[in-house]
Amino acid sequence: MKMTASNHGSTDGTTSAHVDVVAKLTQQERDIINRLQRGVPLTPDPYGDLAQELGITSRQLLDSLRDLLERGVLSRFGPMFQAERMGGALSLAAMAVPEHDVERVAAIVNACSEVAHNYQREHRFNLWFVIASDEPGRTAEVITEIEGASGYEVIHLPKEEEFHVHLHLPV
Amino acid sequence: MSISIYRSEDRTAASAGRRLDDADLALIEATQDGLPLVADPWTAVGERIGMCGEEVLARFQRLLLTGVLRRMAAVPNHYRLGYLANGMTVWDIDDARIADIGRRLAQWPGVSHCYRRPRRGPDWPYNLFVMLHGHQREEVERQAEQLRELMGDACRDHQILFSTRILKKTGLRLTRRQREASCSE
Repeated sequence: MKMTASNHGSTDGTTSAHVDVVAKLTQQERDIINRLQRGVPLTPDPYGDLAQELGITSRQLLDSLRDLLERGVLSRFGPMFQAERMGGALSLAAMAVPEHDVERVAAIVNACSEVAHNYQREHRFNLWFVIASDEPGRTAEVITEIEGASGYEVIHLPKEEEFHVHLHLPV
Repeated sequence: MSISIYRSEDRTAASAGRRLDDADLALIEATQDGLPLVADPWTAVGERIGMCGEEVLARFQRLLLTGVLRRMAAVPNHYRLGYLANGMTVWDIDDARIADIGRRLAQWPGVSHCYRRPRRGPDWPYNLFVMLHGHQREEVERQAEQLRELMGDACRDHQILFSTRILKKTGLRLTRRQREASCSE
C-alpha cells in the first residue's frame, strides 16, 4: 500500500461567503448535515434508512447530499479510513522558524510529497505539519531532509495514543 | 459509531495492515473519493471491482469492526459552515491521569481530535493535543477554559495555538504498492 498526497486545493477562510452559506441552509439541509456527520448505518439500504429517519425520501436525501457536496458545504462523503490500520503512519512535526524565513522553509516543507498538511500557527513553534508515510523509517528520513535543507530543527511528535478522532460541527 | 477510542495496546497497525487482502485494498481504493450517491451504493461500488453488493457491504462491516474504517460519514467543510477559529490546544497533563482525561475529552462537543504525544524537553512539556473548533477565537478560548476546569489539578499548563495560515492541505490517498512488495509482507 502506498500513501501519497493529492492536492484538493486550499480552503482557507478568508472570504465572508460562509456567513451566507450557513444562513441560507434550509432546515432539511441542516438535518442532513448534522445526521450524516455522525456516520451512516452499514445496512443493505443505507440511504433509504437514513431518509426514513430524517422524514424525507431517498431521492431528496441523495439530491441534497449531491448539492451540498457541489457547493462545498461538505468536503466529502464516504468511508473514513484509519491510515495506521492500513499499514501507514501519520506523524506530527513542528519547527520554530523566524518570521523572515517562513516562506522559504514552508516551500521546503511543502515540496515533500509525504507532507499532507502544513499550518502556520501563533507560537514560537510556528510551522506544524503532518508527515504521511507507509514505509518504516521514511518519516525520520523526511525529517532529516527538511532539517538539512532548511537549517532548522524539526521536533517530531508521533501519536502515542488516540483518544478521539471525529470532527462534528453542528449547524 | 460516533466516538472512537483506541487504547495503545490495540494499536497493532502493522498486523492490521497485513490482514487486509487484495479485495479489501481494491474496495478502499475504489471508495477513497467517496461512496456513490445512488440508490444501491454497495452494488455500484462492487461493479467497479468485480464484487457483488452483498460482499461490499460485508467487507465494510468487517473493516468497521477491525477499526480500519472509522465510519461512513460526511465531512463538513468547517470554513464554509462558519467555524473559522481552529485552535490546537496543548496540555501538560499528569502522566498517571492522562488516559482517564483523554477518554473524558473524547466525549466533549467541539473536540475533533485528541491524542497523547511525547513531551520534548523544557521547551515543549505538552503531552496531550486537543483540536477545538469555533466560530470565533473567543469561543475556542471559552471551550479551552472549560476543559481546564474539567482537568483540575491533573493539568499543569496549557496553550492554544491558533492557525493563521494553511500552507498546504492535501488529501491522503492510498494506492496499492507493486504486487511483489505486498506479497512479501
